[in-house]
Amino acid sequence: MQTLFEPADPAVAKELAQKVIELADRCKEKFGVMPAFMEVCGSHTMALAKTGVKLILQGHVNLISGPGCPVCVTDQKQIDAMIEVAESNNRIVCTFGDMIRVPGSKRSLQSAKTEGRDVRIVYSPLDAVRIAEENPEKEVVFLGVGFETTVPVLAAAIQLAAQKNLKNFSMWATTKLVQPVLRTLLSVKKVKINGFLLPGHVSIVLGEQAYQFLIDEFRMPGVISGFEPVEMLSAIYKLLKMVYEDRPEILNNYKSVVRLEGNKTAQKIMNEFFQPCDEAWRGIGVIPQSGLEIREKYSRFNAKEKFNIKVGEPKKTLCRCGDMICGLASPEECVLFGKACTPLHPIGPCMVSTEGSCAAHYSYMRKEG
Amino acid sequence: MCVGVPAKVIEKKEYTALVDVMGTKMEVGILFVPEVEIGEYVIVHAGQGMSIIDQTFAHQSISEWEKMARADVI
Ligand code: SF4
Repeated sequence: MQTLFEPADPAVAKELAQKVIELADRCKEKFGVMPAFMEVCGSHTMALAKTGVKLILQGHVNLISGPGCPVCVTDQKQIDAMIEVAESNNRIVCTFGDMIRVPGSKRSLQSAKTEGRDVRIVYSPLDAVRIAEENPEKEVVFLGVGFETTVPVLAAAIQLAAQKNLKNFSMWATTKLVQPVLRTLLSVKKVKINGFLLPGHVSIVLGEQAYQFLIDEFRMPGVISGFEPVEMLSAIYKLLKMVYEDRPEILNNYKSVVRLEGNKTAQKIMNEFFQPCDEAWRGIGVIPQSGLEIREKYSRFNAKEKFNIKVGEPKKTLCRCGDMICGLASPEECVLFGKACTPLHPIGPCMVSTEGSCAAHYSYMRKEG
Repeated sequence: MCVGVPAKVIEKKEYTALVDVMGTKMEVGILFVPEVEIGEYVIVHAGQGMSIIDQTFAHQSISEWEKMARADVI
C-alpha cells in the first residue's frame, strides 16, 4: 500500500494535467472565454508556480493570485508602524522571517537590525514569549501578521504570557480574515473569475462549511486543496467540471487534513483572545470586520496600546502589489518587475515574501533571464 | 509562513510532542490537537500541530485522483 508521504505517481499528475487542459478547452468553447480561478493562499501561489502546474495550464486556465500572502496584504502604514516599533533601544522585536526584508517607507526591519536594533526571527510566537522570560529588563514585542491559520498560535502565545504573568511581552497583531476579503473581491472589486481554489491551511481552522456563503451569495464554486501537483490539478479539474455543468458547490479536496467544522479547539482559543475589528488591506482599504484584534481583557499584551507609535502617510511608489493581491494585475504588468524590483532588491512585499506572487513569478515563470 | 509541514509524532507529552519531519526531530505544540497519538501525522504551522492527518481519506483521495486521471473527460 502506498504510504502517505510517498510522492504520488508522476504519471498520474501528467494524465490529470491533460484532463484539465481538455476540460478547460471545452469550457472555453462553451462559454467563449478562458476559465479563470483565483487562489487565495500564498502557499498555493508558490506551489502552483514551483511545481510547473501554472506553466502547463497557461493558455488553457487562467490562474490568478489573490490576497493569500499575509505580508503582501498588510497595509503599508501597518508595515511602517511595525518597523517603528523596533526603533527603540530597550526592545527586542521578534518576527516571522518573511517580514524582515519588507520595505517600509523609510527602511526595513533588516536595515534597523543592521544598525543595531534587536530584531530577531523566530519560528513560533511562543519563542518570543520565552525570549521575554529570559530578558525581563527588556520589552519584547512580537509582530503578528497572518490569517486564520496563524491567529490561534498568536492566541496561544498570549495565553502563555498571561499564565507566566509576563509584564514585558506584547504583540503587534495585524491579522486578516479570509471570508470578508473574498466577499469584497466579488462584490466591490468585481474580480472576473469562475471559482476559487480555496486555502488548505486556513481551512484547517475554519472548516469546509466556512465557504457556503460563496454559493448562497454569489453562486461561486470553490474547492479546498492541498499543495501537491495531484492535489491542485484534481481540485482545478473539479472546479472546471462545476463550471462546465453550471453546478456550483464547495468541495473539499483535502479531506485528509480539513474537517467539515474545522479545528474547534483552535477556534475557541482564537475567540478567547481575539475579537473582530475593521482592518486596512493593501490595495483595497479598510474592510469592515475583516481582521482580529486582541480583546480588551488582554490589552496589557497589545503593543498597539502599550506603545505610542505614530507614523505618517506611506511613501507612494510605482509598486502594484495592491493590484496584485486583488488579482487585477499580473507581475509582468508592473513596470518595475525584474528591473528595479527583484528578489535581491525587492520594492514591494509581493517580491519579498516567499509566498508573494511577484517572487513566485520571478523564480519560476519569468519569460527571460 | 503559511506552509504546513507534515510531521510524525514519535513521543507525546502534555502540551508538546516530539515529531519527525523527514528525518529531523523537533518539538511542536499539540495544544490544538491534544488527541493526537504516537505514530500519527500532524500538519505543523508556526510550531503547533494544527490538524491530524486522516490516513483513510489520504488513501481514498489518491485512488480518486488516479481514477479521475484515467476516466473520460465529463
Ligand atoms: S514587481 Fe515589485 S514593485 Fe512591482 S508589484 Fe511586484 S513587488 Fe511591487
